Amino acid sequence: MPGTGLTIFDRIWARHRILENVAGEALLYVDQHFLNETSFICFQELERLGRTVRRPKQSFLAMDHTVPTHHREAGIPNAENREAIEYLDRFARKTGMAYIGVDDPRQGIGHIVASEIGLTLPGILIAGDDSHTTTNGAMGALSLGIGLSEVTHVLATQALWQAPYRKLRVTFSGSMALAVDAKDLVLELIHRIGAAGAIGHFVEFAGAAVSALSMAQRMTICNMAVEAGARAAIIAPDETTFAYLKGRPLAPQGKDWDVAVTEWRALRTDEEAVFDREVEIPASEVAPTVTWGTSPQDAIRVDGRIPDPKDAGSAQESARAEAALHYMGLAPGMRVTDIAIDQVFIGSCTNGRLEDLRAAAAIARNGRAVVPAIVVPGSQEVKREAESEGLHLVFRAAGFEWREPGCSMCLGMNGDLVEGGKRCASTTNRNFMGRQGKGARTHLMGPAMAAAAALTGRISDVRTLLERA
Amino acid sequence: MEPFLRIEGIAVPFDRANVDTDQIIPARFIMKPRQFDYSKVLFHDLRNGPAAEPGFTLDRPEYRGAKILVTAENFACGSAREQAVYALQDTGIRALVGPSFGGIFYTNCIKNGILPAIVDATVVSALCAALLRSPGSVLAVDLPQQTIATNDGKWFPFRIGEGDKAQLMGGWDDITRTLEHEQAILAHERATAATATWTRPSFDEAIGLRRPIPFAKARDER
Repeated sequence: MPGTGLTIFDRIWARHRILENVAGEALLYVDQHFLNETSFICFQELERLGRTVRRPKQSFLAMDHTVPTHHREAGIPNAENREAIEYLDRFARKTGMAYIGVDDPRQGIGHIVASEIGLTLPGILIAGDDSHTTTNGAMGALSLGIGLSEVTHVLATQALWQAPYRKLRVTFSGSMALAVDAKDLVLELIHRIGAAGAIGHFVEFAGAAVSALSMAQRMTICNMAVEAGARAAIIAPDETTFAYLKGRPLAPQGKDWDVAVTEWRALRTDEEAVFDREVEIPASEVAPTVTWGTSPQDAIRVDGRIPDPKDAGSAQESARAEAALHYMGLAPGMRVTDIAIDQVFIGSCTNGRLEDLRAAAAIARNGRAVVPAIVVPGSQEVKREAESEGLHLVFRAAGFEWREPGCSMCLGMNGDLVEGGKRCASTTNRNFMGRQGKGARTHLMGPAMAAAAALTGRISDVRTLLERA
Repeated sequence: MEPFLRIEGIAVPFDRANVDTDQIIPARFIMKPRQFDYSKVLFHDLRNGPAAEPGFTLDRPEYRGAKILVTAENFACGSAREQAVYALQDTGIRALVGPSFGGIFYTNCIKNGILPAIVDATVVSALCAALLRSPGSVLAVDLPQQTIATNDGKWFPFRIGEGDKAQLMGGWDDITRTLEHEQAILAHERATAATATWTRPSFDEAIGLRRPIPFAKARDER
């Protein structure tokens, strides 16, 4: 439909709009509803209300937030976590939900498993009980993170009320320099527009550098769009998307596949479409990037120095930056590469896919970890594939621990915690105070950079290591 | 849900940007049932333990029983955890006033009968200055009029979406209201099922039930 001035969001929105109320809010149909064990309150609430799961087959429950990543023979040690999982296990089996339990051979982080089994498809509408539901926009789905009240509502109705959103297009033009990762692109974006920069917006990622990204990398940038406040993130499906989806168990098969691909090709933003805001970042300007503070916007090139809070734009921002540096135990002017780290975490819905592990292993094979480092594959499938390539042997030979899949040290709900005062180089999405454990200090970075930090014991420029290799 | 019309109460100046929901309630406390008194864990790690902030704003006696929190940009960003709202609600907070809120948190507030009132950053500065001059003073928040009034007669307008306003004022049950549209939802399901079957695959048929890995016996190959 050329010449209509529609964005990809408008197209998916229109297809899912059941009706509109007088306030202009749309009741949208939810094709797939993503749940995890932290959703248990919603199921209790549903039972209390005497309601049932309206469409169990469209309710995808994956256990990920609290599952142990080692010593699984001991079961789940934390009583609250264990009881929630046991309750949901019974509920899911009783209602026939699409369910990936802790002992399922496909177990893993919900967003990663959904992409592996082909549940996440272009043009569908997903609502998920997790802010990182934005990840699924990488496949061209409109994918919204929601809270518990909305989850209960979707369980009962399979629909979600949404007020119209503003639209932001982020164009990464040109191409990325060598050793620059998708993680660096998105950290640079959050740094430029701020952690509140995309509040109230659907974000479309476009541009030559985005087209060139693999699906794993696309998932990384859509995943972290929420760290700029984005309500949803999307990348229009293209040949890369179709090649990724073809043959996956839940993707359309045979004749249906051809019909679907024809429809998916029309899922794009018209040239005439107008966005409420546009941001362009030449990808060549982006260097390997890490965070120094307690907000993902506190990002800086690895070859830079810790900024002075006095130079922040406002008194309030200066105070925030100062508090962040105090928490992180860092001083202005310090070289980023002089920051010694205590441990390394590689994994999460941001960077727990096979490609991420390959990037980390490519660095790890050149040395030996001098600090504790753990690798947590995003799913059993990622783990199997990585092992079939021998990546687990590379990591173990380099002194990294190789574990079972889950959300793990991204938020520590399963007990994988960073101790207070310790500093972790982490491939996760949030460097908030206490995110990885009370008093823990987090530096976000890409998987190759995290592996480099493990080998040197300090934040390191992966480009320097690659030159030596 | 209790309808929200007009409230008057002690307001706390909490003028910090990018306060995330991990600070409001650390992840280790979110696996508790709704019956738990979540006020016990509000800003837990900023109020307890060796790393606590001395004299944390919410612990000052003049703010005891506060109903309103005046916040800075991007309050409650990050994790979707609705327990952040539970913690504020169980503490007695009925309204938040700030220039912007984390998107999911904003909706979570509406669904729990808490008003997230949006004002310009200059209004936050003015309110916080006034509240710091006389700690423990009261603000009046009027939802139908969309105004915030200080006890010395000043008032400021705030913004809120029409649908959100109606929902807060009505205090209605979301699910019941939506299911009044049951026929429209069914019609939508039938129409899309006919045109694009692949959008809603049958999970069981497509991938079957594969043999589980006995969880308790999974080998730890460290």
